Amino acid sequence: MPTPNSAQTEGPSAYRQAASLELRHVSKRYEGQREPAITDLSFSVPAGEVCVLVGPSGSGKTTAMRLINRMIPLSGGDILLGERSVLEREPNELRREIGYVIQQIGLFPHQTVAENIATVPRLLGWERSRTRARVDELLELIGMDPQEIGPRYPAQLSGGQRQRVGVARALAADPPLMLMDEPFGAIDPINRARLQEEFLRLQARVRKTVVFVTHDIDEAIKMGDKIAILRQGGALAQYDTPAEILTNPADEFVAEFVGADRALKRLGLATLHDVELMARDGAVVAGQVALSATIKDALSKLLAEGGKPLEVVDDGGTPAGIVTLELLGGLLS
Amino acid sequence: MLLLAAGPVIPTFGGGGSSFSCERANRLFCPSWVSHNWGSVLWPALRQHVELTLIAVAIGFVISTTLALIAYRRRWLERPVLVVTSILYTIPSLALFELLEPVPGLGLSRTTAEIALVSYTLLIMFRNTLTGLREVPPDVRDAAAGMGMGPLQLLLRIELPLALPAIIAGLRIATVTVISLATVASLIDNEGLGAPILSAIANEVFKTELIAAGGMAVVLALMADGVLVLLQRRLTPWTRTAI
Repeated sequence: MPTPNSAQTEGPSAYRQAASLELRHVSKRYEGQREPAITDLSFSVPAGEVCVLVGPSGSGKTTAMRLINRMIPLSGGDILLGERSVLEREPNELRREIGYVIQQIGLFPHQTVAENIATVPRLLGWERSRTRARVDELLELIGMDPQEIGPRYPAQLSGGQRQRVGVARALAADPPLMLMDEPFGAIDPINRARLQEEFLRLQARVRKTVVFVTHDIDEAIKMGDKIAILRQGGALAQYDTPAEILTNPADEFVAEFVGADRALKRLGLATLHDVELMARDGAVVAGQVALSATIKDALSKLLAEGGKPLEVVDDGGTPAGIVTLELLGGLLS
Repeated sequence: MLLLAAGPVIPTFGGGGSSFSCERANRLFCPSWVSHNWGSVLWPALRQHVELTLIAVAIGFVISTTLALIAYRRRWLERPVLVVTSILYTIPSLALFELLEPVPGLGLSRTTAEIALVSYTLLIMFRNTLTGLREVPPDVRDAAAGMGMGPLQLLLRIELPLALPAIIAGLRIATVTVISLATVASLIDNEGLGAPILSAIANEVFKTELIAAGGMAVVLALMADGVLVLLQRRLTPWTRTAI
């Protein structure tokens, strides 16, 4: 997991340092509405961490995100990006420094993939050759062939490809901060899981500071270094690591929001690597499970096999021991 | 009334008498008349017609696009513009020529004809351009603004290009309409393909001019439309792509 100020300085194009983000007593009230959309919201995200904003609808998570790049004006409080107030910045200049990915992606249908990705570099007035090189580099980073995909129009891409291009476009000018509003919300569950994995791998390389909005607590647990749970009126209910939120929910609201199966969800955070396995000793096993599987998945497989022990194998297929229901049951207490 | 007023300025294109056998035989269409009068009558008429059309469409395009861009930002403007341009559009062309003719400084001039022709293009092009701009997907606009495009960049790089198919569709209808109406405008300024048509109407027997010039107007309209279709394909390559 990324640690504070761990933004890497090398990488495909010597990524700029990610910036820390701090919200200080931020509030938002829309004119003509009695209830505030955001109430005294304060938290800080260390550089290079993924912070997930999660909450039920009406909790103001998207509003909170859009306050950061001033797509929505603040009513009160302050937001510091890299220790500098966003209020001091010219809004368009600020936005060119912040990657922006929305659920519908918003690729420009009249521009090719390459032109889409080149949007912010062009706004910043980069030289043509530098922009072209950067576009190719980003397409390769997201696993696409620049020659093949670059000249296509968005209508010629699949949903998953469009989503990847949206992320590449947001990364184009190497922003120290990325804002992502339900970026995988419109993708089917199988592709969503794949894109989530891909994004985590990408993030491990580029180490951006990321604010990620979702309504899905499972996605929040999977993607976040930290999770900010918001309640109605945009007040912060809890801000902590996924493990801490699942173990010690701050109140009834958080406990209910993370779900009655939070103990099980917590098992999804660790893999069999973290478990002290039992020796096989000639025991009869019902099947195999990978060492890299989460404890939750291993438990699920054990239950499916009627509770009979499973053999655990590493990536090379070498047996590492066995896992039983009793062993995993012991972890829950 | 108007026909009477316009009557004296209609010249005789018949070539002064019965010079061709088919003309004498009073057949409906006389090809030798066409070839004989191509250089003196039909070709100049066609050129005038193209000029009339280009001027009217160009002026109409500038006015309606400007109005559409303003109405796009200031919604309240849409209704009054629609009311005025709709009224202009629905006035019968003969009546409009008649109305403009007595205006001081206009009279039976090309300016009068152009004013009338321009007024028929406004509604179509205004409405199409405004609709095209409004149909830019909100997520596209949001993404563009979120990446730091100002209003002018948004307009020039995103909104206008995406509205192009609708804008060109309006241009096509307006052009074809003007080519057709410009024949009637000959009543005012006695030029374009309408002139030989009117002279044939005045001549009770001989109809070759009418058929030749009328046919040329139809072909001109089809060709102009075809050129605009090609222009659209050229300017909006993304509209022809699909998986």
